[in-house]
Amino acid sequence: MTAGGTGQDLDALYQEIILDHYKNPLHAGLREPYEAEVHHVNPTCGDEVTLRVHVSPGEDGDVVADVSYDAVGCSISQASTSVMSDLLIGKPVAEALTVHEEFLALMQGKGTVEPDEDVLEDGVAFAGVAKFPARIKCALLSWMAWKDAVSSASTTQSNGGDA
Amino acid sequence: MDGLLPQLDVVRKDFPILERTLAGNRPLVYLDSANTSQKPQCVIDAMVDHLEHHNANVARAMHQLGAESSEAFEAARDTVAEFLGAPSRDEVIFTKNASEALNLLANTMAWAGDRQVGEGDEVLVTEMEHHSNIVPWQLLTQRTGATLRWFGLTDDGRLDLSDVDSLITERTKVVSLTWVSNMLGTVNDVAAIARRAHEVGAVVVVDAAQAAPQMPIDLASMPVEERPDALVFTGHKTVGPTGIGVLWGSRALLDALPPFLGGGEMIETVRMEGSTYAGIPHKFEAGTPPIVEAVGLGAALRYLTDLGMDAVAAHEHAITAYALEGLAGVPGVTVLGPQDAADRGGAIAFELAGVHPHDVAQVLDSRGVAVRAGHHCARPAHARFGVQSTTRMSSYLYTTPAEVDAFVEALEAARTYFGVAS
Ligand SMILES: Cc1ncc(COP(=O)(O)O)c(C=O)c1O
Repeated sequence: MTAGGTGQDLDALYQEIILDHYKNPLHAGLREPYEAEVHHVNPTCGDEVTLRVHVSPGEDGDVVADVSYDAVGCSISQASTSVMSDLLIGKPVAEALTVHEEFLALMQGKGTVEPDEDVLEDGVAFAGVAKFPARIKCALLSWMAWKDAVSSASTTQSNGGDA
Repeated sequence: MDGLLPQLDVVRKDFPILERTLAGNRPLVYLDSANTSQKPQCVIDAMVDHLEHHNANVARAMHQLGAESSEAFEAARDTVAEFLGAPSRDEVIFTKNASEALNLLANTMAWAGDRQVGEGDEVLVTEMEHHSNIVPWQLLTQRTGATLRWFGLTDDGRLDLSDVDSLITERTKVVSLTWVSNMLGTVNDVAAIARRAHEVGAVVVVDAAQAAPQMPIDLASMPVEERPDALVFTGHKTVGPTGIGVLWGSRALLDALPPFLGGGEMIETVRMEGSTYAGIPHKFEAGTPPIVEAVGLGAALRYLTDLGMDAVAAHEHAITAYALEGLAGVPGVTVLGPQDAADRGGAIAFELAGVHPHDVAQVLDSRGVAVRAGHHCARPAHARFGVQSTTRMSSYLYTTPAEVDAFVEALEAARTYFGVAS
């Protein structure tokens, strides 16, 4: 710790899990096949993500077969993208949407929502972000992009793969 | 340190917010003045006094309060005219902010009139402009079929004037540029560009949003060939309130432009079939203006004048030089824009290797140091340098060397926190 130290708040925001995902992001890169590709930006800071979703039919409806992305941004937005893709890949779309809801509720809860680790797994590390209004958009950037992509993915044909 | 404002500690006491502490009982180190400046007590008092004792609408209220309010509002116009050295007080138009002032110009040039921009015409801006001095001109050129062109930037963040002859031509109808860049800090040679632009008969617009707070401006003393035809600034960056900006325009230009917004106060006679308009400045001030804000702005500009804009400029220069020196000592820091304080304003955007600007700003904030992270409404300039965003520290007349030290120390802390310190 340097002279003066860094506030406790900072550690609440930058959980170890977040810094780990930031340094070693999972599922990064754009892959094929995919049914939908979206590009979202955070206009206030310029963080950007290009995100692809690949869905394939499963026993109980569509499954999120892949989430791939190319993103530039801060630790929070990068880590959030990594955590999200890891969390959603392999889940039925319907279930992934409820995870999305849960994460959204956590972010918009002003720090009063108790996250459910069974649902959000590493995503619970973002609970502290909810107390930093300026950073909520960072954490939500890729989640919003995914929601946007998956809603069109279910209705479009695949690009370059089995559909 | 040479150049600092005399009695800086006394000056700081004029700004009540500088006394406050933040989370963890840390003193505020406010280094975001290019974003908005803090306000001295005299500005706050002037606004409160107006609301408490003189509040009434202006121009249209036939009673004592109305007369007092009108007088205060028009006195603010006089103060602005003096601050800018405007050839005439009637050339001072109050707007909501600098953005609105630029939109007023770009918008009215779309319509029939001596200065109408149309197909085949060109509007010239620069790659270092704030979005407020890009987007209105994009709207104008898109709406009229004209073409938007721009000066590029050199690697050290100055205007690339090598192709000036192909950029400023007889097709050029407007040249609009910033005097001081809010991102790179660059101070542009407005006089030289105005001279060139005037040779082809173009209207010269200067965005003084960053210049007005930190350097003396004296329009009347500029040779007419070098004097812009219009200049805008925004109240909240000159220790004044939000909600008020200024468009100064030469009478010749303002008379040639059609009205912008229609409404009360901007008319002469209204008939159902059509209306005639008031002369300047009222022609461009439809509706009830920001009265209290004008009063606040007047107090702000008197405050700056009392300190002396030469002294404010010298202070900014000294602090900027000191900050550049401090930044040079932090491993991994890359400053964008001119590397030394010569011809440079007090905004310094930089990158810190291995730490994203958001994260830099967050660590700084946890230590009470307020800076801005992002593209600072200058995305094209960021793109020019191949960066997505930067951290920006911006000082002002109340900034102390000790605050710069705290800022530099906080950058070291950010490096340590994100594990990039060696
Ligand atoms: C160079 C420059 N131009 C224009 C503006 C716009 O000012 P405002 O947002 O008050 O209209 C700013 C401030 O953000 C600026 O720095």
